[in-house]
Amino acid sequence: MFDPVFIKVLLGTLLLASSSAVVGAFSFLKGESLVGDAIAHALLPGVVLAFILGDGRHPGYLIIGALIAGLIAHYGIAFIEQRTKLKSDTAVSLVLSTFFGFGILLMSYVQRTGQGQQAGLERFLLGKAAAITMVDLYVFTGLALLLLLGAALFYKGFQLMTFNEDFAAAIGLPTGTIRFAFTVLTVLAVTVGIQTVGVVLMAALLITPSAAARSWTSSLPRMLLLAALFASAAALGGTFISAALPKMPTGPWIVLVLGFFGFSSLILAPEKGWLARRRRATSNRNKTQRENLLKLLYGAEERAGEPVAMTAEAMVDAREQHYEGLTKTLRNLKKEFLVVERPDGFALTDLGRIEGRRVVRLHRLWELYLTERLGMAADHIHPQAETMEHVITPEIEALIVKELGNPEVDPHQSPIPYEED
Amino acid sequence: MEKSIEVHNLTVSYHSKPVLWDVDFELPKGKIIGIVGPNGSGKTTMLKTVMGLMKPDSGYTEIFGQPLDKVRERVSYVPQRESVDWDFPADVMDVVLMGRYRKNNLFKRITKEDRRIATEALEKVNLLEFADRQISQLSGGQQQRVFIARSLAQQADIYLMDEPFVGVDAATEDAILKLLRDMKNEGKTVVIVHHDLQTANEYFDWIVLLNTRLVAAGPKEQVFTKELLQEAYGGRLTVLSKLGDLISDTEFPLREPDFKEDQPQG
Repeated sequence: MFDPVFIKVLLGTLLLASSSAVVGAFSFLKGESLVGDAIAHALLPGVVLAFILGDGRHPGYLIIGALIAGLIAHYGIAFIEQRTKLKSDTAVSLVLSTFFGFGILLMSYVQRTGQGQQAGLERFLLGKAAAITMVDLYVFTGLALLLLLGAALFYKGFQLMTFNEDFAAAIGLPTGTIRFAFTVLTVLAVTVGIQTVGVVLMAALLITPSAAARSWTSSLPRMLLLAALFASAAALGGTFISAALPKMPTGPWIVLVLGFFGFSSLILAPEKGWLARRRRATSNRNKTQRENLLKLLYGAEERAGEPVAMTAEAMVDAREQHYEGLTKTLRNLKKEFLVVERPDGFALTDLGRIEGRRVVRLHRLWELYLTERLGMAADHIHPQAETMEHVITPEIEALIVKELGNPEVDPHQSPIPYEED
Repeated sequence: MEKSIEVHNLTVSYHSKPVLWDVDFELPKGKIIGIVGPNGSGKTTMLKTVMGLMKPDSGYTEIFGQPLDKVRERVSYVPQRESVDWDFPADVMDVVLMGRYRKNNLFKRITKEDRRIATEALEKVNLLEFADRQISQLSGGQQQRVFIARSLAQQADIYLMDEPFVGVDAATEDAILKLLRDMKNEGKTVVIVHHDLQTANEYFDWIVLLNTRLVAAGPKEQVFTKELLQEAYGGRLTVLSKLGDLISDTEFPLREPDFKEDQPQG
């Protein structure tokens, strides 16, 4: 497995993936993910023309051809956006499809003359990592270093242009130069990338690492580093898989592994991830159920004027809740010493009474706030208070009490139960 | 009167439709100045043109008697809060430090001095304890204060702010107002785009009333009169808006190509 070809491919893809991830991060943050895709497609005619006019085997010609085509495409998009009423996504698609179509046309012309096959022009479409030569590897290393160096050098410029371009212009930064530098770096990244993953899949290499990394961090330097790591891991994984399995292409595997990172990040990410949100939803539901039961018991005590117990059946009738969910909630409340089980049912402990009183208090305070501050009628306020009693924090409670001047009763003339100090 | 901003015969269009018609005024130094007018009256366009972010069709602007490029480091700009994506991966300090970026330090690292100035600016807007907070977690009022801290970090002499009072809570509004008055007492000039008539009279010393054309500019006692306000807020002049549509439809150039402005060479 560790033959020279494998090592060559591995190094090449690692360099390429990590450096394009860093450059692509800024397109991702600017919400211009499609522009990288467009530039990748637009490079095709440049690459094929370079092949026709120059020496197709020399990477230098390809890079120059790609650079010219990429810059024309980029400024073409900008020109259309500024001078016509077309929306930006339309301008991008227009340039992408026209350039790509022209590139395919040129390719079939070259293919017909017969020189195409021997140079393997089709590798630019879907990529062919196994075709990486020693010369390519030197060029890749040079370009990857150039990309990382460029991103480091222009870090402040790229950061500010991405976050707030108007401000960058207002403080007199050379926005045109910064944008030009960024375009050149993107085109270079794509030029290297299309040899491995091809024009069609290049966007994945630019954008997916950042999409994955953004889920895990909110610091730009850390996001860039993480994107490079994800891309390297994908390059490693993709190269190994394609080497281990017979006749497997490297590029698509890299992109697939990247996609796996991207989707798992969306699921697993802290706070914004799908799992975290599920957990939050469950915890909110549990909190609501617990507090409703405590409120129910507190209300029964308030009416009776003394501590009372309620059976689970009576609670089901009162709350219209499922029996199973209820018994589970009761079990948890018991474990936390908020209720005790007695022969005649469940009753509040002192701790539980404080909690129940708090929920009732928040409910009545919010009802009063709605009538006093939002001018709502007394018969409309109950449903909202049912929710807000579980949401209001002690800080907000203090604000409400202060704003309403320590009120005694709610709009239905029920007393607002404060804790006695 | 010592002049801060001069606007000479300024016509600016957006998508080839004029949004400012031959606007001409001068502003004093060391005052809090409001650019006031109804929605779509060209207030933001005015500010962006002064900041060189939009090219005028005709006319020109000067700051401290010079073209913008000569005095850029003395000018600070606060864009509208909604104009950026607050989900950007940065913390409060990162954004305030952007106020220290200059053309000549673009490729250099942030210095200790930059950090000291940024910290001072955060202190002034009462956000020092939020320095490490992600900007996505800030309230609207806090976001606005971050933007103001960034502009303070520029250590300029004139501050141009686009709607700094929109969507902020009462406490932030008071804090900003107090800050503006402190700045004025230090001899700074503050120019604010503002759409709310209720508060304009209280906030500003000097008012520019705009409604695609200049309605009035001067000390607020002279400008804040019933007649002038009615003129500014009583809708656009029919002839102007019809002509604007016509120019936009026919893409007619607003100046003949060989027309010479009587602009001093700067």
